[in-house]
Amino acid sequence: MLSLLIFLPLAGAVLLALLPRERQAAIRWAGLAASLATLLVAARLFQIFNPASGDMQFVAHATWVPTLGIGYAVGVDGISLVLVGLTAVIFPLALLGSWGSITERLKAFTMSMLGLETAILGTFLSLDLILFYVFWEAVLIPMAFLIGLWGSENRRYAALKFFLYTMAASVLMLVAIIALHVIAIDGLGERTFDLARLATLSLPPEVQGWLFAAFALAFAVKVPIWPLHTWLPDAHTEAPTAGSVILAAILLKLGTYGFIRFGPTLFPDALLAAAPLLAALAIIGILYGALVSWAQTDLKRLVAFSSVSHLGFVMLGLAALNVQGFQGGLIQMINHGISTGALFLIVGVLYERTHSRLIADYGGVAARMPRFAAVFTVVMLSSAALPGTNGFVGEFLILLGAFRTSAWWAALGAGGVILSVVYLLWAYQQVMHGPLVAKHPDRLVDLTRRELAVFAAIIVMIFAVGLYPRVLLDRSEATVNAVLARLQRPAATAVTVSPR
Amino acid sequence: MVWPLLGWLTNGLIGRRLSRALAGELACVTVAASFVSALGVLLAVRPAGATDAAVSIVIPLFRWLGAGDLWIDASLIIDALSLVMALVVSGVGFLIHVYSLGYMADDPDLPRYFAYLNLFMFAMLLLVLAGNLLVLFIGWELVGVCSYLLIGYWFARPAAATAGRKAFIVNRIGDAAFLLGLFLLFTQLRTLDILQIRDGAPHLPEGVRTLAALLLFAGATGKSAQLPLHVWLPDAMEGPTPVSALIHAATMVTAGVFLIARLDRLFLTAPVALFVVGIVGALTAFFAATVALRQYDLKRVLAYSTISQLGYMFVAMGALAPVAGIFHLVTQAFFKALLFLAAGSVMHAMHDVIDMRRLGGLARPLRWTAGGFLIGVLAIAGVPPFAGFFSKDLILEEAFALGLSTGNFLPYALALVTAFVTALYMTRAAMLTFSGRPAEAAAHPHEAPPSMLVPMTALAALSVGGGLLGARVAGEPLVEFLAPLIGVKAGEGAVVHPPAGLLVGISIAVALAGIVAGIAVHRGRRDPALGAIAAFLERRWYIDDLYDAVIVAPGRALARWLAGPVDLGIIDGAVNAVGRVLAAVGRAARRLQTGYARQYALGVLVGTLIIVGYWMLR
Repeated sequence: MLSLLIFLPLAGAVLLALLPRERQAAIRWAGLAASLATLLVAARLFQIFNPASGDMQFVAHATWVPTLGIGYAVGVDGISLVLVGLTAVIFPLALLGSWGSITERLKAFTMSMLGLETAILGTFLSLDLILFYVFWEAVLIPMAFLIGLWGSENRRYAALKFFLYTMAASVLMLVAIIALHVIAIDGLGERTFDLARLATLSLPPEVQGWLFAAFALAFAVKVPIWPLHTWLPDAHTEAPTAGSVILAAILLKLGTYGFIRFGPTLFPDALLAAAPLLAALAIIGILYGALVSWAQTDLKRLVAFSSVSHLGFVMLGLAALNVQGFQGGLIQMINHGISTGALFLIVGVLYERTHSRLIADYGGVAARMPRFAAVFTVVMLSSAALPGTNGFVGEFLILLGAFRTSAWWAALGAGGVILSVVYLLWAYQQVMHGPLVAKHPDRLVDLTRRELAVFAAIIVMIFAVGLYPRVLLDRSEATVNAVLARLQRPAATAVTVSPR
Repeated sequence: MVWPLLGWLTNGLIGRRLSRALAGELACVTVAASFVSALGVLLAVRPAGATDAAVSIVIPLFRWLGAGDLWIDASLIIDALSLVMALVVSGVGFLIHVYSLGYMADDPDLPRYFAYLNLFMFAMLLLVLAGNLLVLFIGWELVGVCSYLLIGYWFARPAAATAGRKAFIVNRIGDAAFLLGLFLLFTQLRTLDILQIRDGAPHLPEGVRTLAALLLFAGATGKSAQLPLHVWLPDAMEGPTPVSALIHAATMVTAGVFLIARLDRLFLTAPVALFVVGIVGALTAFFAATVALRQYDLKRVLAYSTISQLGYMFVAMGALAPVAGIFHLVTQAFFKALLFLAAGSVMHAMHDVIDMRRLGGLARPLRWTAGGFLIGVLAIAGVPPFAGFFSKDLILEEAFALGLSTGNFLPYALALVTAFVTALYMTRAAMLTFSGRPAEAAAHPHEAPPSMLVPMTALAALSVGGGLLGARVAGEPLVEFLAPLIGVKAGEGAVVHPPAGLLVGISIAVALAGIVAGIAVHRGRRDPALGAIAAFLERRWYIDDLYDAVIVAPGRALARWLAGPVDLGIIDGAVNAVGRVLAAVGRAARRLQTGYARQYALGVLVGTLIIVGYWMLR
């Protein structure tokens, strides 16, 4: 089931290769169909997943390189489940959102997108470290293509920076993976990269520290944790709309997912020791990202820095190391995917019409595009974590979790709650309110039916998660408890957690 | 048997709000329906409440979210307090919806207006009926959003858009503190259910109670525009006038007062926090009243008077008399809405002119409006038998009693001075607007249509008779209704009774003195020059300027500095520098690739030696 899910988009991409390049409509529809089929499989998985269990489910094993103990191992638990769901939902929306804007090399574009989906799903579902690493790095290739080929003016620089920065940070993770493997030869008497096996190792704290640092660096760049974030605004700004959406909505989550997946499992002592540092960086990121957003002149850069702030919230929740913080962080990952993805689509709508991302080039748009104004308002409020929308559930749980670990963390984090309104409302007012300003006022036509459909889906998700977050929370709670339990007992003992 | 009925009624109350009406009439009907529902609930509860008036009926809706030991149930509470609030909100709300039909008749974007207004009604009812603090917080923030949307309703005007944004941001500052208060309460009590907090709060350590109460009060200062977070409310007058009447006078801004009454047992057992509440309320009441003396925008005068009146309510809370505070909340909703609607009628007649220096002589052409405004003035000034007299007098008495029992007479003194100033500035506003000759001859004012006059008449009647709700001569029905539920002064011992007759006399005298002084000073629409004091008041004690200079401008500069020199310069600069260094190393390394095997062998040998040496020397 999981393998089907992972490779379905890739299969779609292969089929696409057979289509002639000129038949653009067919290529678009085929790409959308492949992503929708993936969504169907993911929905089915969501449905039959057993929320009461904190263990891996639907595990599939196959040997790959037996001499080295590398295996093909996939499985899903409550944490990866919701992220897989997010991925499957965002891809069709991103494809629909860039329906008309990509005309050059459309076939290659669609194939890149589908390849990217496979790589991301693989990363979330891998249970073997080498397999994980392969998918992890495989994500970079189509993403760099998306930025470098279909981006705007400065795309080469941004693509190269993105590629080198994240690649360089991940190489150390590979070293750490191999080190774990070598330690396991002695410790367990077998050659393995299997996560579950490696988790039974009992590592001395200083070894944990070094290995965790190597993993953490790779993840921190991806999240991105302040001050390793500067690749992000460039990549976001230069990428095409669909690229920005995927980058913000899903790619950044690979980093936070890495922390959740490997931190407590492999390096519990190191994670406990590093938590205050992570929280401090997270809080800096929250405040810094929000303030810097406020000073941007380019809408896309503004949204990009808001990501730094939002992902800071996620990291703060994770660093709290308790149920509310973890659950909040997890749901905030989903929320950020929905809301920031939507914000990039919104910038894309404007860009498609007047080819400008500069805030100063807009004003009074609300009068010309009332439906767009309503959508923008809802998305903005969701991003600002208004109660009733998805964003609030995440921020509330995160700050509550942080409060229980340290009241000061929550107090400082709450500063981000204020600042998020400052920069979001400021940007909204500049663009939407006041007298009409636009380079081509006549091109500011309201949302088309296709765009409306995309945003309608997003708004439904915003309120669904906001009003009934248990759809997600109930599925991940058992897993989160199991993961957290590893932090409370000696790393060597097997973890058994009775479902709530 | 009664419970499911109540649940159904209340759900209907909210459900109707959700199906947002697109036309004004439909909007009015839905609000009227909520009012009738609330009334029905009241009638259904009263028999049950007769045996135990302190009963609170909880209606669970669904389990909203859970994580670990946190479970939030969305639920509603029906009790005396929430019913009084629901009646005021839906009643005044209905009148203002009807008024809007006339006032906004020419607006091209009417459905959007009524959609926002209806959403506000929903959010406000959710706030007052919420059974869980987090659900209350949803309503709390949602009314803030509606306020933002409605202040900035005419978004093409930069001033309106900016005012809406300012309101939202200032409110958010208070809300952040509110959230921290929630966290503290939850960490201590493991629940956010309002009734459980009420029961559990008195058993908390005193420090925790004080801190939690202060954090929640910080939220209240944002929503209820108290010092130091009052700055958004005067700017909020950029919104349509019915909105100012409904949201920024009668309902939303009173949410902070309601919050304290709702969590009375937390606040009443935290004396330090109560002391702060009382002082802040008194200072705000005084501050805002003085500023109102010297504003020229009629609506801003009313806005500052709202801030001042809200200050009175907090004085009542600080004086351990939440019932008096709620009583004043109710009467203030009547007469302040009336004043705003009258001001709106003036704007309607004068083509949106609201600067009092350009008005004048409107008593004759706008007979009804002027009459309504006059009733409002008498009510707010506290002249018997108008509504404001009874509630304000009760607060003054309670503040005096607080002084007797704790020696803290400051709230009473400030409140008394404020009563004089209130009468003074309201008289000034009335004189400048309605008396004398028109300042601009060109205007041809016309009286408002019936859809505007009828709600004003209803509110005028309430401003005259509403005081009977709490008047001693009428048996204090409202006080009797609320007292068993909130503000139970447990274990207080002997209650000090102030000399009521004397205090009543003083407050009447003060009110009349203010009016007489106002007439004397402002006769013939004069506004005496007061030099430096006038400038000080006109600039609103320079508080807005101070915030701009100390918070907003440095914040903006900090943001620019971080985005420019720090982010692009230092952090990204370092990254790019690393990139350049690596590229240079790469170029250098390329020269090493000479292709001679012996050189490579040498390199390997040297490297090995270094590594081995390192291991041996370690």
